[in-house]
Amino acid sequence: MTTPFHSASPQIPALPNGSGAAAILSAGIGAFALAVLSIAADKSALVKSSLNFYAPTGPLSGVTTVAILLWIVTWVILEGRWRSRTVAIGRINAAALALLGLGLLLTFPPLADIF
Amino acid sequence: MEITARGLWTLIHGMGFGALYLLACSGALVELYFFTASHQLSPPAPNHERFLKAYLIAMVMLAWFAVLSGTYVIYPWYRAPPPPGAADLSMFPQHLLMSSCTTSGWHSLGMEWKEHVAWFAPISITTVAFVFLRYGRDLRNHRQLRAAVLCFALVSFLAAGVAGLFGALINKQAPVQCGHTFQLRAGGER
Repeated sequence: MTTPFHSASPQIPALPNGSGAAAILSAGIGAFALAVLSIAADKSALVKSSLNFYAPTGPLSGVTTVAILLWIVTWVILEGRWRSRTVAIGRINAAALALLGLGLLLTFPPLADIF
Repeated sequence: MEITARGLWTLIHGMGFGALYLLACSGALVELYFFTASHQLSPPAPNHERFLKAYLIAMVMLAWFAVLSGTYVIYPWYRAPPPPGAADLSMFPQHLLMSSCTTSGWHSLGMEWKEHVAWFAPISITTVAFVFLRYGRDLRNHRQLRAAVLCFALVSFLAAGVAGLFGALINKQAPVQCGHTFQLRAGGER
């Protein structure tokens, strides 16, 4: 006899939430880093020239490469630490979504130009 | 009937990867919402879960192809500087747009936003795909994780939408063209 699938209330999770939390928080950090780096490259000639990894694309190549590297490195570190743990997902969610939202806002040129 | 090499690449980037990604995104949002809803009356079928995993992997690939082709193939053509004293700027879209106050906003607002916000799409959908691949149907039992996954999928959709919209509008104002011409069909006499 199979156990009926009780759906109205969630069942006990089979996996801890750490791995998912690591992915979500690192993506928020990566997205925010991308926005901050794009502003920095726009405002500082030094940052702009140092992020010019591929001349035909200009500083956008460095902005995106560094942000992606930050995202991946953060993800690997957090995954290693949280993979088999249950973490405070509420706070991590809030932080990740705040970083993602801020990142989105900061890529909008009229807002980025405030800085 | 012909198309230039740059026009063809722009088509592959915009319609092949970008538009297809946007279409897939709307489907993924609905699928993720219902598949991971805790009020479902029956457990999802294993082949349904496998399908959604494959679907998300395909979306991740589309998103990365779209931003990489945009950043490293199309964008260099868009921002290429014209030779000094050039009168015809039609081959240099950024400079063509910036040459008039009636079109400069397409670059200073449109392209400046698009070139950065587009990257939120692959970052977000990669996260969504990873979490779904890892948790699958167990995501029903992680309500907050599920909420975050849906938010990231929505952000990916919005970011791709903004990038796609401005890409289409900018290309209408100052198309990326030039390069080898491919004859698609010989024109007949009318």
